[in-house]
Amino acid sequence: MISVWDYVISFLVGGFICFLGQILVIRTKITTARILVLFLVIGMVLEVFNIYAPFKEFAKAGASVPIIGFGASLARGAIMAAKEYGVIGIFTGGLTATAGGISMAIFASFLFALIFSSKTKKGGH
Amino acid sequence: MDKEKRNVNYNIYVESKIPKTKAWPSLFKAFLVGGIICAVGQGFFDLYSHLFPNLAESEVTSCMLMSIIFLTCFFTGIGIYDVVGAWGGAGSVIPITGFSNSISSPAIEFKKEGIIYGICVKMFTIAGPVIVCGVVGSIICGFIGLFI
Repeated sequence: MISVWDYVISFLVGGFICFLGQILVIRTKITTARILVLFLVIGMVLEVFNIYAPFKEFAKAGASVPIIGFGASLARGAIMAAKEYGVIGIFTGGLTATAGGISMAIFASFLFALIFSSKTKKGGH
Repeated sequence: MDKEKRNVNYNIYVESKIPKTKAWPSLFKAFLVGGIICAVGQGFFDLYSHLFPNLAESEVTSCMLMSIIFLTCFFTGIGIYDVVGAWGGAGSVIPITGFSNSISSPAIEFKKEGIIYGICVKMFTIAGPVIVCGVVGSIICGFIGLFI
């Protein structure tokens, strides 16, 4: 069931998306928050135009691990819930679909912030 | 000394002091780091779909993302992710690990200002815009969903 091709295509597509991001970084000196927001919005647009699902079918984790996948599941959650529950779904759908990721990010950050203290910064963000 | 000339000279000075990112090596590094993170994600995806065959694909994806996010927070805590970030540039930002790092890094950094005003407030300095744009965008998408 596990195929090597899935890993190769994840590596290539995921790498290529980061490659595009790095071009932006070099050309425009864009900040971390702006990159994240930009790619999140790209993911939403792809989902609204029904391009994301076939893309994910093709690229596997190469599509779902980049923040594009996060934007797409926010959009998909809201669209699905809007169709099922009407107006209330518009407001509940997006965060319901991504609750796992956001909760884990906040919980784990809080936990490790209590455990570890900052070391001397070696660059990065 | 006239002001205009001074400004021009100052700009030249600033340009010479800004660290230059070498284009091709940094593009290659971003590709490599981003690709490896996505391949690791695929590994978790295969592991969970093997362990829990009853889960739907979206749930397995969610479990996979949660595992990567947890690991990234841990690696940020022990100081490894900063090194990866300095080396890999956008390759460490664009995967969901970058989102996770953008929450855990300021949380750990500002711990010394206290739990409420340090950790809890500063946690969202970079991730705040992402969550706000995400929620607003998803509501707009939901409105579109009502009509399609």
